[in-house]
Amino acid sequence: MRREDLVCATVAVLAEAETVLPSWVEEAIREAADRETSPIARSQLSAILENIRIAAEGGVPLCQDTGLPVFCLEIGRDLPIPPFLEEAIAEGVRLATDEVPLRPNAVDPLTRKNSGDNTGPGMPDLIIDLVPGDCLRITAFPKGAGSENGSFLAMLNPADDPLSFVAEEVAKRAGRACAPVFVGVGIGGTFDLAARLAKRALLHMPGTSQMDRNLLTEINRIGTGPMGLGGDTTALAVRIETALCHTASLPVAVNLQCWANRSSSATVRDDGWSID
Amino acid sequence: MEHRLKTPISKEDVAALRAGDLVWISGTVYTARDRVHALLASGEDLPIDLAGAVIYHCGPLIRDGIVLSAGPTTSGRVGRFTREVVDLGVRLIVGKGGISEDAEALRGRGAYLAYPGGCGALAARKLSVRRLYLPDLGMAEGLWELEAEGWGPMIVAIDSFGRDLYREARRSEMRS
Repeated sequence: MRREDLVCATVAVLAEAETVLPSWVEEAIREAADRETSPIARSQLSAILENIRIAAEGGVPLCQDTGLPVFCLEIGRDLPIPPFLEEAIAEGVRLATDEVPLRPNAVDPLTRKNSGDNTGPGMPDLIIDLVPGDCLRITAFPKGAGSENGSFLAMLNPADDPLSFVAEEVAKRAGRACAPVFVGVGIGGTFDLAARLAKRALLHMPGTSQMDRNLLTEINRIGTGPMGLGGDTTALAVRIETALCHTASLPVAVNLQCWANRSSSATVRDDGWSID
Repeated sequence: MEHRLKTPISKEDVAALRAGDLVWISGTVYTARDRVHALLASGEDLPIDLAGAVIYHCGPLIRDGIVLSAGPTTSGRVGRFTREVVDLGVRLIVGKGGISEDAEALRGRGAYLAYPGGCGALAARKLSVRRLYLPDLGMAEGLWELEAEGWGPMIVAIDSFGRDLYREARRSEMRS
């Protein structure tokens, strides 16, 4: 794998993720707008649809919060891991910050000093999965603060009902997380595995199991609505991922994603790269 | 009801707004988020006159003096400074997600307007840059003076009479 291919692929997936929503996401918003019965809620959804069109036509970021640079890397088990892996992706983020452009969002958590280019300690954040094959698939998943700030994790008692807990908490928080939201739920594992399951649930959206659909219905029944102004559409999709947990524990994590569920993927091979 | 307002905003302008009304704004809009509010709360003199002003909870994406994307940020983070902001003369606050815990500070004096969150590309078409104050705070946190031209529609989400659409949405939760 050539370093420049990985750098170029990183810039390309970030640029596409920031300006063009995946078509299934736009379709989910359109269907919700058709179903919505509250006039105020309908006005929010139609503004969102117009915003999506303007951003794609003009090649400008959908939202001024261009997020923190989060990437999912699916690394083929037959691929020799290149020594420049992390450094080339960071270089792509710096270039994209200048070229797309992205708002410099990454600051030191204590001094609040901005690094200026969205890179630095811990950033970009790379989520790594090993998969069959000899390619590298890179997915840009820029994450804005509104929906991250609404995310939560709780160590429940095994006797508690995790799904009702999630529905009530999401309904409370979704208005400030730019609802209609996507809800990634991690149940089980350890403290940190629950959070990783929740983020992976977002990456694997939309959920299709009966349990996913039931939780979606329960969240939407509560009526928080788009932007918290009331309505039928609080969430657009839910996905629950689980892992075994200790018999004395019930960790539950929810990673919210705003309506702008931005992502874009590319595959990098030995001899080049292409957008998926 | 629909309102097309020009800055500075008068007491009468605010008194005419009712929760659920639509508003379009022309004139001067100042962005302010976490850092500017922290300065304000610490009693620091800001370089601008806020009498009749419109404050926008926003950290815009700007390149070469052009507004590329400028939707609202979550108002809940700075809501606790609402009384200080209104005391300085601000009459309209534009943001997303509401400031329900601090809405009492608006009673008889100001209103909170909701612009759809995430709609940065849409908002940018109606906003242009006049100047940047406090540039050391950076692009997101700096105090931008923007010019709005028929920018809207926003929804009156909390009016000066104490009606709050966010609270009403939550009350309907409790009924279900």
